[in-house]
Amino acid sequence: MTAQVGRTGRVRPRGNRRELAIWFLMRLSGLGLFVLVLTHYLILHVFHDPAEQDAAWIATFRWSSTFWRVFDWSMLMLVMFHAFMGMRIVVGDMTFGRVRTGLTWALYALAIFLIVIGTIVVVTLPNVVPAA
Amino acid sequence: MLVRYRGGEGMLAWAFHRISGVAIWLFVILHVIDIFLVGAAPDVYDSLLGIYATPPGIVMEWLLGAAVLYHALNGLRIVIIDFWPRLTRYHRQLWYLVWIGFVVVGVPVTVVIFGQFARSMGWAT
Repeated sequence: MTAQVGRTGRVRPRGNRRELAIWFLMRLSGLGLFVLVLTHYLILHVFHDPAEQDAAWIATFRWSSTFWRVFDWSMLMLVMFHAFMGMRIVVGDMTFGRVRTGLTWALYALAIFLIVIGTIVVVTLPNVVPAA
Repeated sequence: MLVRYRGGEGMLAWAFHRISGVAIWLFVILHVIDIFLVGAAPDVYDSLLGIYATPPGIVMEWLLGAAVLYHALNGLRIVIIDFWPRLTRYHRQLWYLVWIGFVVVGVPVTVVIFGQFARSMGWAT
């Protein structure tokens, strides 16, 4: 049996289906975010000046299209999984015992909170029709 | 300290990946909350935007872009090596490729971001 020695990523977990699934999903969500986040930064920080993007701009232009709401919500979901599973690995590397368990649950609670408020604003922000 | 540690490129690639990852995680928490405020308290969001548009805010925006770009490119390298383990042999070369991509994309983006900033401050037209 050859060990998969990573110079980079985490060694692929063995014998635990849940950890293996997370390992794969971490990479898949990373590939999705490669496209979504770089597109997001390119449009909102390079093509448009962020200084102009006040609340009215978002309601009138950015989220006047269902496509961008779906885009941003998909990015939110992938980011929440990827960022919080990544932080779970950091916590797992740096702590143990009760501290690890407590911090891991705190991470999950924060993730759920952010998913809820992020989803609320994507779904409920009124769509302002730009004045002609 | 990082440079003297014996891990070489692989270890530096890992350290930068982790540092950029934690930094992006912190920003994402802030960013989900500020976008929530667009609906809940638009005035608060607008005043926050005013802080983002100050010189320290622009530097943070630029650093965020750098962290995202490194994390994205090095993440792609991790995926490539994990899915095609034979390429582990070339992990060092792939890391140099990450830096080439980082500079090629990063320099024009830097010019645009600081150009926008100079215009918004009235230093340039």
